[in-house]
Amino acid sequence: MTTLPETTNRKLGLVIDLDVCVGCHACAVACKEWNTGAYGAPLSDQDAYGAEPSGTWLNRVHSYEVKPQDGPAQIVHFPRSCLHCEDAPCVTVCPTGASYKRAEDGIVLVNEDRCMGCGLCAWACPYGAREMDMDAGVMKKCTLCVDRIYNAQIPAEDRVPSCVRTCPANARHFGDLADPESDVSRMVAERGGYDLMPAQGTRPVNKYLPPRPKTPCETGPGGAGEASVATPPGSLLGWLDRALAVIDGE
Amino acid sequence: MHPAFSVIVFTTLSGIGFGLMALLGLGFGVPGAGFQWSATIVAFAFAVIGLLSSVLHLRSKSRAILAFSQWRSSWLSREGVCSVVTLGLFGIYSLVLLLMGTRLAALGFAAAVLAMVTVFTTSMIYAQLRTVPHWASWITPAVFLGFSIAGGVLALSALLAISGAPSARMAAQWAMVALIVAWAAKAAWWRRAAETSLEAAGSGIGDATGLGVLGAVRPFEPPHTSPNYLMREMAFEVGRKRARALRRIAIACGAVAPFLLAGLAAYVGAAAPLLMLAVILHLVGMLAERWLFFAEARHAVGSFYGIGQSVARPSSQAA
Repeated sequence: MTTLPETTNRKLGLVIDLDVCVGCHACAVACKEWNTGAYGAPLSDQDAYGAEPSGTWLNRVHSYEVKPQDGPAQIVHFPRSCLHCEDAPCVTVCPTGASYKRAEDGIVLVNEDRCMGCGLCAWACPYGAREMDMDAGVMKKCTLCVDRIYNAQIPAEDRVPSCVRTCPANARHFGDLADPESDVSRMVAERGGYDLMPAQGTRPVNKYLPPRPKTPCETGPGGAGEASVATPPGSLLGWLDRALAVIDGE
Repeated sequence: MHPAFSVIVFTTLSGIGFGLMALLGLGFGVPGAGFQWSATIVAFAFAVIGLLSSVLHLRSKSRAILAFSQWRSSWLSREGVCSVVTLGLFGIYSLVLLLMGTRLAALGFAAAVLAMVTVFTTSMIYAQLRTVPHWASWITPAVFLGFSIAGGVLALSALLAISGAPSARMAAQWAMVALIVAWAAKAAWWRRAAETSLEAAGSGIGDATGLGVLGAVRPFEPPHTSPNYLMREMAFEVGRKRARALRRIAIACGAVAPFLLAGLAAYVGAAAPLLMLAVILHLVGMLAERWLFFAEARHAVGSFYGIGQSVARPSSQAA
């Protein structure tokens, strides 16, 4: 049934540190690599070597410019994937029972044998976490690497989602967000981890850690800038400046 | 949102079909094999062609049968169940009426109620989506029900006129009333839509990224080089270019022309050809209206791509 569990014993999810992410897209590539050979149908590509390549990815990395009112603009790299919401609208809209949220760990999955490819779950998700596979005709989404995290066949250090394992900057963290003592929960508490689009009422499990505030730099670019370059009154430059001001009509 | 032709055809045709079924179930037809057969066939044709069309947009059509299973949580599943039950009840009602000449009023009433419930469930597939602020309103079901009834009354009046029933004139008058009510709801829907934005719904780029608290957010580098499924499906820009022309077609064909033609049929005469033309024009107008319903609606996911933002500015949370 595509009704949601009342509560889940654990809330497995990701914490993504936007202060650390360097936008290298390694997580997206590692995700594509693992999930094309793992759970369910492979992640297909269309026109992969043509003019308009397109394909199914479960993780996408955006880059944004953020311009504070009084300060220099900064770039924030922003990985976007399924947030494994507690109140997941993608699950309840599913007419076939393909989408479900696991009571034991809160992971949201698609049973591809039941998916008819109507696409309504992708419409219901505000985060663009679900992409239709154009080859298999079923909906694909992040599985939180359910086939890695419980996999006794691989070394213990590899039993985390592929994106977390591969991130060279250590911007991605995996853990149980229901446990207040877990590393991820502590990180969220210390750094003010937040939900995306809280007004959607989805109660995401994944959290984002905001970029740390920049140290202001008075004379740097975006600060007071060139106007603040001082011209000491007693110097040759100061005399020249005053002389030019007279010619300028000041 | 991407206006999939199969879904546009589905919502318009099945709306008219179920509207006509509701009226026939309530006993608004006239005795006589000619009318009874033609009305039943027309109602079934509209509803069934519409429902079959909805299957066309599925990527794995062979699993469509599973869509009847999740009625406890899913409006799409409820719509599937309600439409099949309605078709079944109306089918039995019609067979008994056509073959034995007995009108089972209670069964007809049940089919009529279920026909309207089906249209309501169709509308809720869209109205439930908080991700699309244009749709997430109780006015959406009002519009779907209004157009279903208006299309049904218009079709009923044409069928009555063709079979020479004197009640065709009164049906045409009721069609005028139904058109006014339905378009009043649509006018209210359009007025609300004009004031609705992703930012106002807390789904602009600042809230989507959560970076709006820091300053004005602008997409710098996209995550991929060519459009993907999300952009094709939910950040559809093309259909909006001709929005004003399509809105004029919707109003002219869907509202003004059928209203005037129904008026001529009711008060002047030559009802049958005028009302048939009214039904066809109304359908054209409805297709334009439904195209805009999809094409003009903006989905929250567009915010991540900087699509659908009125202006780049800090979110409401920014000091």
